[in-house]
Amino acid sequence: MVQILDEGSGLLGRMEICIAEAEKRSGKNAMSMQETFTVYLIETRLTDAAADGRSPAPNFLWRRYSEFELLRSYLTVTYPYIVVPPLPEKRAEFVWHKLSADNMDPDFVERRRVGLENFLLRVALHPVLSDDRILHRFLTEEHGWKEVVCDTGFQAKADSRLRALNATFRVRNPEKCFLEMKHYSDQLQSNTAQLLRARARVADRLYGVYKIHGNYGRVFRFESKSTVPVKPVNEWSAIEKEMGDGLQSAGHHMDAYAASIDDILEEEEHYADQIKEYLFYSEALRAVCRKHELTQFELEMSSQDLVCKKQQREELATGIVRTFSLKGMTHKLFGHEAPEQKEARLRLLEEMIEEGEETVRVKTAEWREHVDKACEEMRRFKEQTDRDLREALVNYAVMQISMCKKGIQVWSNTKECFLKM
Amino acid sequence: MLNSTALATTTASLTGQTAASASHRSPLRPQEAWLANGTPGEMSSPASTSSLFNRLQLDDDLEDGRDPFAITDTRDLFVTVDDPKKHVSTMETYITYRVSTKTTRIEFDLPQYSIRRRYQDFDWLRIKLEDSQPTHLVPPLPEKFVMKGVVDRFSEDFVETRMKALDKFLKRVADHPVLSFNPHLNAFLTAKDLNKRQGLALLTKVGESVKHVAGGYKLRARPAEFSAMGEYLETFSQKLGNIDRIAQRILKEQSEYLTELREYGTVYASWAECEEELQRPLEGTAGCVATCCRALEDQSESMNQDFLPVLREYVLYIESMKNVLRKRDQTQAEYEGRLEAAVLRRQEERTPIPAEVEKCQDKVECFNADLKADWERWQSNKRHDFKQLLTGMADKNVSYYEKCQAAWESLITLLQDRQTEDKSNETN
Repeated sequence: MVQILDEGSGLLGRMEICIAEAEKRSGKNAMSMQETFTVYLIETRLTDAAADGRSPAPNFLWRRYSEFELLRSYLTVTYPYIVVPPLPEKRAEFVWHKLSADNMDPDFVERRRVGLENFLLRVALHPVLSDDRILHRFLTEEHGWKEVVCDTGFQAKADSRLRALNATFRVRNPEKCFLEMKHYSDQLQSNTAQLLRARARVADRLYGVYKIHGNYGRVFRFESKSTVPVKPVNEWSAIEKEMGDGLQSAGHHMDAYAASIDDILEEEEHYADQIKEYLFYSEALRAVCRKHELTQFELEMSSQDLVCKKQQREELATGIVRTFSLKGMTHKLFGHEAPEQKEARLRLLEEMIEEGEETVRVKTAEWREHVDKACEEMRRFKEQTDRDLREALVNYAVMQISMCKKGIQVWSNTKECFLKM
Repeated sequence: MLNSTALATTTASLTGQTAASASHRSPLRPQEAWLANGTPGEMSSPASTSSLFNRLQLDDDLEDGRDPFAITDTRDLFVTVDDPKKHVSTMETYITYRVSTKTTRIEFDLPQYSIRRRYQDFDWLRIKLEDSQPTHLVPPLPEKFVMKGVVDRFSEDFVETRMKALDKFLKRVADHPVLSFNPHLNAFLTAKDLNKRQGLALLTKVGESVKHVAGGYKLRARPAEFSAMGEYLETFSQKLGNIDRIAQRILKEQSEYLTELREYGTVYASWAECEEELQRPLEGTAGCVATCCRALEDQSESMNQDFLPVLREYVLYIESMKNVLRKRDQTQAEYEGRLEAAVLRRQEERTPIPAEVEKCQDKVECFNADLKADWERWQSNKRHDFKQLLTGMADKNVSYYEKCQAAWESLITLLQDRQTEDKSNETN
């Protein structure tokens, strides 16, 4: 499915992963309401054992789309510096009118199956994500997995982070690399979205052009003679002595031409899915950038806090108030406090400063780690993007060539028929 | 010249003249005259004697049983309409076309002529032909009136299309074994100044004569073949209408497709500006889409220029054909009416059937023969034209796809070149 198998070890070195099939089920949801949903059969097989000559039995388990979502949000929270591969769309977007937007449509389910498999493979290929134990459990233990995920407490972390992310904050000195990436992700998003929209419109029109050609078929050909012995005088081929046969078979070719567009566009949908993946990737990329801003913000806040505390200590120790404050005023009005009080306050401040220094150290480490890992990750992601999109373009060109060949074939055949007239 | 008094004699003398000039025979009875059309296929006609047939066969065996288009070598009149020019005067603005003639016919004083004519002159010629040779199918002219505002009469496209249609019209007339000997055509092709009043007297007479019988008379025995022709024309015009509608819809859809495709190409181009590594692949794709757009433009253009005008010509042709069929019915009606009257009179007065009625009968038979010959010729032309038209359409589509295919193939080469380049850089 994914053409990046050569990338290296990852989980795929030890395990084969695929989604074998999808199935429609119905059951009761949390609100005890009847619902219909689709489950996907994940098949895994350990391959390192196979080297010993034993062929291990494959492991099968069913997962719902919502469980994939849970896995992904767990990964996103746990690895804030990683551009976590996106899931396929929940609902069909950027569809051209003949394509069903129904969640239960077999074509849609099939495309989602491919998309989910692609997601698993991408995760399994990722140098960091592939070692995650929750991922392993997702792939191998059907029951009890949800509880394990929830036990990690990632949700709480996610909630607090989400709040912080939503709060408006402004980072003073953002890293250049992240600024560029953020800019890039914005561009990637707008470019892919525009491309998808334009492609859907092109597909619509192309469909029209092909289908209208089918009308030629109807004019050239006469209705099947087998039904009723009607005089087929109303068809052109029937009223022409010499031209009839040629027209008749040309009509069939035109029918075939009109019908061929269905397959062509169905195949092209695969290309659209590849572009869509990168549209969603742009969101993941942006999330990494936002999380960087968050860590940087937290770091800047705590450093600021520390500076503030240090200043207070200095003021207290020297008795010089550099800045105007209410406390300073009260001191001036009511005289200085007792030395014991001053000592106690000084000690408290010292403690807070120590604490603050510790926080800054932690935050700095966190920030540094995020910057380092994220920069590395984004380099990896950029390489992957370039490779994948180039590949997608090659595939697209191949598809177009095959469409042209089909067109040439049909029209040459049609020409043969016309020449016989 | 044509000073005949009645329609019957007009026809006889006209076709007679033609026959005389074609095979140096003295003026014939109308029954013989139709054979000069060069289609001795109607052997069932009682008028044709075997000896006459044999004589004619010598003249016509070249055409007999052959595709009439294979006989270009026997043609001796070649006409071309080209080089449109715009004339602007204080009174009006109009276009003239160059009409060039090359011929070996003795009716022409010179072997070559080149004059300029405007649409009105073609229109005059057509009316003349139709009036002086009512038994023949005169090819149609392109529509005279164009919707003002919708079509620009002086636009290059319009003039070009009209020029082609006029060329087609004149070539069809020149290839016609009877019409091509019409003196009006001669005048049209050769006279520096066309005296359009020429033959005006005839026009009114013929007009009256046609009007005279244009009553609601029901034919007693219309030959089945003519009814079949009428039915055929009905169905055929319906089919043509369908094809025309389909072609128009395809063109419309294609132009909308083209708009979207151009947009699609621009998206790739603007995306390319945001990328480094992907810049060239995306630019390449944009270029490729642009090439496909151009190929589609060419294809649509040729549909507009070559496909639709032929359909339109045949729609008009059908009208001309229906018109001739109607005239034939009128002629037969006149004959039947007179015959009936004569029969009645004979029963009462015991007088022989007057010569006038016989003349009418001759006229009908002459008409039938001319019409059948023209019909055959028209069918054969039509077959040829549609074969050419449809294979042309298929060719255009094939060439469109070939152009696109070539573009996409070169894109793949570009993408793969780059990849190998990368790999070699990595190994270095």
